[in-house]
Amino acid sequence: MSQQLDPDRKIEGSYIFTGPMSQKGYALNKLGASLVSDDARASFKADEDSYMERFELTETQKKLIRDRNWIGCVKGGANIYFLYKITSVFGDSLYKLGAKQAGMSYEEFLRTRKISGAT
Amino acid sequence: MGKIVAGIGTSHVPSIGVAYDKGQQKSEAWSPLFDAYEPVQKWLSEIKPDVAIITYNDHGCDFFFDKYPTFAIGAADKYPIGDEGFGMRQLPPVPGDTAFSWHLINELVYNEFDITVCQELKMEHGFLVPMNLCFSQEPSWPLKFVPLAVNVIQHPLPTAARCFKLGRAIRNAVEDYNDDFTVAIFGTGGMSHQLSGERFGYLNSEFDEWFLDQIEGDPSALISMTHQELMERAGVEAVELIMWLVMRGAMSDQVERIHRNYYVPMTTGMGLITLENVVP
Repeated sequence: MSQQLDPDRKIEGSYIFTGPMSQKGYALNKLGASLVSDDARASFKADEDSYMERFELTETQKKLIRDRNWIGCVKGGANIYFLYKITSVFGDSLYKLGAKQAGMSYEEFLRTRKISGAT
Repeated sequence: MGKIVAGIGTSHVPSIGVAYDKGQQKSEAWSPLFDAYEPVQKWLSEIKPDVAIITYNDHGCDFFFDKYPTFAIGAADKYPIGDEGFGMRQLPPVPGDTAFSWHLINELVYNEFDITVCQELKMEHGFLVPMNLCFSQEPSWPLKFVPLAVNVIQHPLPTAARCFKLGRAIRNAVEDYNDDFTVAIFGTGGMSHQLSGERFGYLNSEFDEWFLDQIEGDPSALISMTHQELMERAGVEAVELIMWLVMRGAMSDQVERIHRNYYVPMTTGMGLITLENVVP
C-alpha cells in the first residue's frame, strides 16, 4: 500500500473511498450519477424498482435503497457525493443524510451546530 | 511575460451557492461569510486579472468513475452550468479563454503533467461558489475562467507535493505567456469537515486556523502531509484541501496576505485567504 494511506490506522466512523470501494459500489454510484435531470429524478421517484433495474444493482444494493439504509450504502462503496443525489430524491438533504449516518435525529444533529440557520 | 497577481484559497461549500441564489448574503447566519468577500471583490476589481484559474473538484456533475481524471483542464469558450442532482442554478454560462487554456495545457504536458483536456465541461458548486463569492456577474463576468479539476474523491489522489509542483508549473506557464497578461489562481475546498460515515459532522477549527497560518507563511508541513494525516486531523472529505497547494505552489515563496476569514456555522470550516506575491 502507498505511503499516503495507512490501513493500520483506521479512522473511526470513516470509510475511505479507495479503488476497491469504488468497484464494489459502482452500480450505486452510477445510479446516483444518472439523477442529474428533473426527468430522471421523477422516474426514480415514481418507480424505484424499475429505475434500479437499469443499473445492474445486486439484490443487496436494492435492499439498501429500499430500506433507506444510507450508512449501509456508504459501507458498500457508495461515494458520498453520488449517494447524496439518491437521498435527495427521498427528501434527505446533506444534513439529514449526515444525521442518519451518525445515528441521530435531524433535530438532535442541529443542536450540535453553532449556527443552525446556515443550512 | 504573464504574471500571477492574486492567489486565493477559499471553501466551496454548496450551501453557500444556495444562500447566494436566495439572496441571503445579509442574513444573520450568512453575513459573517459574505461580508468577508466584499473587500476581496473590491481588491480583485482593482487588480483586474484577465483570467482566473479555479482549482476545484467535480462532485458528480460531469465526471464519473467510468473514467476519472487525476488532473483535468477546460479548453472551451464557455462552460455551461450543470445539474448536480438538485436542479439547475439560474446562472449564465462561464466564459472561457481557449487560447490561454491550450497554452497552459501545452506547457504542463511538456513539463510532465499529464493533463486530461476537456472541450466540454459542466460547471458545478466546486467551481461556481468561489466564483460567486469573489466576482460580480453584474452586468457580466469581468474576466475569463479556466477550470482545473483535481481528483480528490477516489483514492489514490495526487499527493499534496504533486499539487504544489503543479502550481509551480502553472506559474512557469503563465510567465511564458503574453506580456501584461494577468492571472488570479484559486485553490478551493475544505476546510475541516466530514460528510461520510458515522463521523459525520467532525470539525477541527484549530487545525483550520493552523492551515491558514501555514499556507501563508510556510507551506512545507502541508506539502509533506499524507492524505491519511489530513483525513485524521481534518475529516475524510477535508482531504480536498490539497487543492489549496496548487494555488500556493503558483505563488512566490514570500507572499503578502491581503485578506483572511474563518467561519464555521454548520459542518464545514469556511476559510478564506488571499495572497499577493512578494518579489525579493
